[in-house]
Parts: sequence; structure tokens; C-alpha cells
Amino acid sequence: MAEFLLELLSEEIPARMQARAAEDLKRLVCDGLKAAGLSFTDARAFATPRRLALVVDGLPVARVDVSEEKRGPRVGAPDQAIQGFLKGAGLASLDQAEKRDTGKGEFWFAVLTKKGGPTADALPGVIEAAMKALPWPKSMKWGSGTMMWVRPLQSIVALFDGKVLGGEIALGGQMAPIKFADTTRGHRFLSKGELKVSGFADYMAKLRAAHVILDSAERKKIILEGAEKLAASAQVALKADDGLLDEVAGLVEWPVPLLGTIDGQFMDVPPEVLIVSMKTHQRYFATTKSDGALATRFVVVANNVARDGGKAITEGNERVLRSRLSDAKFFWDLDRKTTLESRLPALKNIVFHAKLGTQAERVERITKLAGKIAKFVPGADAKQVEQAACLAKADLVTGMVGEFPELQGIMGRYYAIGEKLPAAVAEAIGDHYAPAGPNDRCPDAPVSIAVALADKLDALVSFWSVGEKPTGSRDPFALRRAALGIIRIVVENKIRLPLRAFFEADDLMEFFAERLKVQMREKGVRHDVVDAVFALGGEDDLVRLLARVEALQSFLGSEAGKNLLTAYGRAANIVRAEEKKDKGLAAKIVGAPDAALLEQVEEKAVVSALAAVERTLGPALKAEDFAGAMAAFAGLRAPIDAYFEKVTVNVTDRPDLRLNRLKLLNQIRTTMDSVADFSRIEG
Amino acid sequence: MSAPAKPTCFQELILTLQDYWAGQGCLILQPFDMEMGAGTFHTATTLRALGPKPWYAAYVQPSRRPKDGRYGENPMRLQHYYQFQAILKPSPPDILERYLGSLEAIGIDTGLHDIRFNEDDWESPTLGAWGLGWEVWCDGSEISQFTYFQQVGGIEVDMVSGEITYGLERLAMYLFDKKSIYELPFNRTDSEVPLTYGDVFLQNEQEQSAYNFEHADTEMLFRHFADAEKECVRLLEKKLPLPSYEQCIKASHTFNLLDARGVISVTERQSYILRVRDLAKACCEAWLATQAKAA
Repeated sequence: MAEFLLELLSEEIPARMQARAAEDLKRLVCDGLKAAGLSFTDARAFATPRRLALVVDGLPVARVDVSEEKRGPRVGAPDQAIQGFLKGAGLASLDQAEKRDTGKGEFWFAVLTKKGGPTADALPGVIEAAMKALPWPKSMKWGSGTMMWVRPLQSIVALFDGKVLGGEIALGGQMAPIKFADTTRGHRFLSKGELKVSGFADYMAKLRAAHVILDSAERKKIILEGAEKLAASAQVALKADDGLLDEVAGLVEWPVPLLGTIDGQFMDVPPEVLIVSMKTHQRYFATTKSDGALATRFVVVANNVARDGGKAITEGNERVLRSRLSDAKFFWDLDRKTTLESRLPALKNIVFHAKLGTQAERVERITKLAGKIAKFVPGADAKQVEQAACLAKADLVTGMVGEFPELQGIMGRYYAIGEKLPAAVAEAIGDHYAPAGPNDRCPDAPVSIAVALADKLDALVSFWSVGEKPTGSRDPFALRRAALGIIRIVVENKIRLPLRAFFEADDLMEFFAERLKVQMREKGVRHDVVDAVFALGGEDDLVRLLARVEALQSFLGSEAGKNLLTAYGRAANIVRAEEKKDKGLAAKIVGAPDAALLEQVEEKAVVSALAAVERTLGPALKAEDFAGAMAAFAGLRAPIDAYFEKVTVNVTDRPDLRLNRLKLLNQIRTTMDSVADFSRIEG
Repeated sequence: MSAPAKPTCFQELILTLQDYWAGQGCLILQPFDMEMGAGTFHTATTLRALGPKPWYAAYVQPSRRPKDGRYGENPMRLQHYYQFQAILKPSPPDILERYLGSLEAIGIDTGLHDIRFNEDDWESPTLGAWGLGWEVWCDGSEISQFTYFQQVGGIEVDMVSGEITYGLERLAMYLFDKKSIYELPFNRTDSEVPLTYGDVFLQNEQEQSAYNFEHADTEMLFRHFADAEKECVRLLEKKLPLPSYEQCIKASHTFNLLDARGVISVTERQSYILRVRDLAKACCEAWLATQAKAA
């Protein structure tokens, strides 16, 4: 068993592409190995800013020859068939084939030997094919060459069983090919010259000695632990950010976390601004004080061990942060000189969507919609709702949001507070994009609820109206998120909002239903329970719908519920079976059974139990007391059990009696189905 | 002309870079004598990036971005600034090492600083050009842009140019530790007549900002745009790619001025950019045709 080591060294690979590229390389090489009939025990891929590496363990040193037989046409078959056979088998003439009697006559046979040979002979082809197929998000050519790679490729380590594989990658043009070799390079600044490697363990060790940590997981660990230690040394806590950590680990081969200081003059700028500026522009980690407020320290991760211990690097980064933050402070100061309201005309110049007009038009729609929604939101002050909706998008034309689009809403809130607008209005402006995802905070103040719902509902209804509906794979306007946002706001705040009052499209209602189902499934609600309630149809009040689902789920969890479901199943099965035999039956068994034909006490008992249920059911449903409605069913169980024990439904000699009994069973079914479609419940 | 060991002022920075790239085999060209938004517009880059002939050149290009004017009040933004540009075609395998050599030459010690190559894809919608490369950072500060040209004038390049652009004022602020562009020493502080960048350019920024934002005659500019566009097309018919490309540069800068005056709406903006791009593409195609003939 032998090891295969591959390293592709290039100029700096974008951080966001590294992990995916390493995985792709592994997949493509592994597929190539399998296609070449080479088995292996393990394959691991790695990426740094300058290299993709792959090690495959447990490969055979050689493949054995495999012989394969191919049966051809009958001896004496027409020439066309013979020629076809020779061509297919790769034989020059029939001399190379053999005749064999199969018992069913004499046939031509070709015996083909798939040469095995050394694994080392097969690997160069696998490498070349994998490199050609590797799907970089963006690739380029360089020099006079024609080869495409993410950035210029510099060298290739290709070792099998400790020996360099014979082979090369052509670059095209007048460029010399890159020959497979056993040498690579270490860190761009901390290592000089070439490293000669003999295998994966040696490769890892020599890289480490040359200031390259191959494994991104290890780089992340070094960054995180180092940053936490630095933060602790300054009595602050690191603000965790996994996305930033991933990115930074892709920017450095030898991470060196350093602690910097934010100039105190910027601390009156909102912390969100400081954090975004540090993260998006500079990729610094923020820190917090013990009370959770932003601290004046930040962590920058360098890719160099400087002679002065990082002093110049830290100072340089502090300086650039100062200039970044003076920009932010400039916007903060400038923006506050103009009121949100006076910015509204500028929204006319921002196109929201080619088919849906400008942001100003969108604001107009949202304001109208928010007013309509507010009537269903207890405690929502109509004037405040209108004001908040009207100003919600005004921050889009502030300097700060122009610079940092991700601060939309957040800046509007700050500016509204600065203008001393009512607190509820400021909060609604800040919250109206929320929730941005399943883990994001959901607005809970009345004015915020109305505006946040209007924002999302307008997006859905508007995009729907111009045919921009999401498809399975494409949802460019994040309409799924908008629908889920509406569901969360409505459900978590128990807002009684009749959705159908806001749009007509049936498929939009179905879109909501689908999202709701997905969301409930994630929460662990049984899908058949959800289906049973949805099957009732016509429900556009999500709160009521969910109350029904919850009641049903808990009822089905009880002993009474389980038994009743069995009884329901028996009743429904009999009716269904009979309906199958007699197509006209369904129409004949509608309505209440004829009292005169109730001969057995068990029948009468069921009828009176049903009557009692219906007496409770109506008011309970009206009061939306679904648990009460379900509980009423509990009284059905004993009579129905007794009924099935004593009463024969399909009495052959009394068709009137049979029909009446089927009527009774059908009534059990319809009564229960008025609460949920029990036929959808899986026993 | 020999450059000092380590630049201490703006002009020494230029001299050092020129000296260094001359040593790398680059022609040292002079600025293109027309208003343009970036060094890339110089024929030494846009046109020379096309065709099969190798080309190594470096030059300073005064660059104008009317919209970036701040009346001299913002310490970090200018509507007129300098780019130093080096273009190496075909890009040599050691181009990054050569670039790092230029940093050593201007006094950035890689043993003390943190140099990073951060992904930055470059695109010029008006030139119909794009490439992949990096923004180069020194201790978190952008000090250069590095691009491997893939397409220019909508034409895929035969041979890839490596283009290195140094924003000279920003780089100088970093090197000489100044918070304001205007405080940069233009010549040596121990010169007979020591002058700052502000001494040379502050008044220009104030007046040009007023021109760009308030006084540029937009009616005249619209006419100039149309004239340049017409002239460009006419000269193309005469198979004169170089004069016609100059008209394209003129149209581009005129558009930038109109844009700064705020008289071009969002929707019109796109169509103006496309008009300039059409000119640029046609010029590039015409120029490429002359190269093929020569080759």
C-alpha cells in the first residue's frame, strides 16, 4: 500500500474559494482513481492561500492485469457483423480472435487484457483530468499561456510512494510546462528557497518549519485561541464571528493575531458602524467589555512574524482604521444634519425593480399596506405606523448606508432617535427588515409589527404581480424569507391577520402554506397532522390554523385520541369500501340517519353521543377552543366501540337498514372531519 | 537620473518607482496628454494590452475623477490625482516577486510589515475590460492594485498583461505617515524651496471641484460628448484607431463631468456607459487589426 501526495502551488487564491476547491480536487481525483480501478483507504484535502494539497492513502503499488472476454458473432456471419465486432474489440483481424463452441454453435471470441501495470503510470492522467475539470468560480489565463486556473500556477508536487511521478502540465503558448516535482515553497516572506519533500508527513513538517500551517482548521484554532488570549490580556472579550474566522484563516498561511486599539474619539459612533467597518473593510475582530458594550480593542491577524514583534503592523492597522472610522464618523455627522423626512424625495431616484418602480413608490405602497395591517395589530397607533412606514426606507439615501448597505434600518433607527421621533417609530424603522432569518430577533412592538409585515407583504404581492415568483432553485428577491418572516411575526405575536384580505393569488396562499409546513416540520410537528388541518382549506388566519394543529397533535397524543382515531379509521374504511362497490352510494348516505331505523341500542347510543358532540363542537369551534372541541370527541369512543362490537353494518337482507347504518358511520366521519381531516392522519 | 535609496517625499517616490521598473526592463513613458479617469486609459495599457506583441512599460498618469472632488476639504480624496502604472506583457512567472521588489525599493521592509494579496476582480464597464487579481495591502492599507487582464475592449487578450497600479498619494500617505494628502512633502523637506502637496494642488482641488459640481456648462458638455462620439466613429471609418481612441477618451471624460454635475439620471447613466464602451470596443478592434497586419 502506498501514499499519493499532490500539491498545486499558485499565486494567492481568494479565501472564499479555497475550501470548496480543496473538496472539488479531492472528489475529482478520487473519482479518477476509481475509474482507473484504483482502490484506496483514505483521501484528505487541504487549502491555504497559496496551495491546494491532497493526500491519498492505501493505494496499491500496481494493478494486476485483468482479462475480459467479449463474445462476437457466429462463425461465418456476414462480413459487416465481423468487422463491427473487430472494431468494437479493437482487433486488427480475426487472427487475433478465437473460435469457441458454446454448445449453441461456434462463435468468435475476443480475449482482451486490460493491462494493469504500476499505479504510478495511471496517476498523471488522473491529476491532469482533475485539474482540467476543477470548477473554479472564476479562472484566468496568464503569460502567453492558454491554461485556466484561479491565479497563475507555479509548481506541482506529485509524489507516489515517495517517488516523483513522471508527468507535467502544459501551460500552452510559449510557456514551459510545469513538471511534476518533489519541491515546493514555504511562506512568501518567512521562508526562502525550495523545500524538498518525500511524503505527506515530511511535507506537513517541512511546511510547518517554513511557516505554513497546511490545515485550515488548525489555522482557525491558532487564530481563535490567540485572539481570545490577547483579548483576555486587555480585560475584554472577543466577539465571536465564525464567518470572519473562516475568511481570515483563508488569508494567512502563518496566522499571527495582534491586538490593536480603536481611537477613543470614534466611540460615540454607533457600535454597529464600528463593527461593520472593522469587519468588512479590514477583517478585524471586535471585542466587548464585561457589560457587552463594544470595547476599544480589536484583533487583527497578520501573516507575518515581524522583527519588531508586530509593532509596526499594529500601528499601521490602527492608522488605517482611524482613517476608515473618520470616514464613518464623517457620514455619521453629515447624515444627522438632514432629517429623514427631507430625504424622501431622493427615493424617487432609486429604482427598486425595473417592473416595480422606485423606492418612493414602494414606500407609498408599504405605507398604505401598513395602515391596513395596523387595524389588526392591537395597540398599533395609526399615526405612528404611517410615520414609521413612510420613513422606513429614508436611510437608503444616507451616506452611511451608501457606504455600508448592511446597516440599512439600523441607521434609520439611530437617525430617528436623533431627531427625537417617537420611540415606537424609531424602533419600527430599525426593525422593519427583521426577522432576517430563523434565528434573527422577531419584531414584537405593535408599530414595528405593522411596518415589518407591510414591508414583506408588499415585496411578496408586488413580485408576484409581475411574475417574479421563486422557483425551486432561484429566489433572487428572497421571497421565501419574506413569507417566513410574515409567518414568524404573525405567529409569535399572535396577530389575527386574515391574509386573504391582502391578495388574491391562490398560489401565493399556497406558497405561505408550504412555508408554514416546512417551518412546522422543523419544529417537530407531525407532517400528517399539519396536512389534516390544511386539508380543511380556506383558512388564512395563521394563528387559528396553528391552534388547531397544536390541539390536534396533543389530542392524538392522548389515549382517547388514539382510540378514537382507530374507531374513525374503522368507520371510514367501511364507508369507503362500500362506496367503492357502489358508485352512487356517497350521495345516498349524506345527512343524519333515520331515527325509525335505529334498531339496536348501540346505534341509538352513537346517535345521541354524536348529538352531544355536535352541541359542544359548534360553540367550541366558534370560540376557537380547539382543545375543547377535541375533548368533546372523547365521549364518542365508548359508544362507537360498542357499536362495532354488536352491530352488523352490511346486513344483506335489509338494504334500508344497511343504508341507514352507513349513514351513521358517515356522520361520525363528517363530524370529526369538521375539526380536521382525520383521514390524513397516519395511525 | 538616479533615485535616492529610500524616498522621503512624493517626487522621490515617483523617481524610485520609475528607476525600479526601468531596471525591470520597462519603457519609462510619459503621461498621456489628455484627461482620463485612470492610468489604464493610456494607450500604453488599453491598446498595447491587445495583440501578440510583448510590451513592458511604466509611467505616471494624472487621473481625473470629477465626482471625487471635495473642494480640498477631505484629507483623503481628490478629483485629480496620480497613478503609477506598470504593465508587463506577457506577465512573467516572477511578476509578484518583481512587484514585491518595488515595495522594498520604496522602503517597505517585508520583515516588519504585513503584505497581503486580497482578492479583487477588476472591471471597467466603459472600456469593456476585466481581469482578475488583488488589492495589495500593507498593514491593512491598500497600496496597489494588481490585475491580470483577460479582456480589453470586449476582446479576449492573446497574451495576458500583468498590470500594477500604485495610487501614489495614498501610498505616499502611508509611507510618510501623513493624515492628509495636503501635508505630503512634494519635494524634500530640506530643499531650497520645500513645498507640500497642498502648496501645489489645494487651490486646484478647490477650483476644479467648483467647476465639476457647479459651473461646468452642461449644454456644452452634452454637445462635446456627441461631437466626440461622432468624430470617433468617423475616424474609425478612416481606419485611424489612435486618433479615434482619443475621441473615445474625450467622450469618457465628458461623461464623467456630466455625471458629476448630476444631470444624468440613473437609467441614462447606463446608456452613456454603453455608448462609450461601444466606442472603446470599436477602437480596440481597429487597433488590433493594425497589429495583426504588422505581426
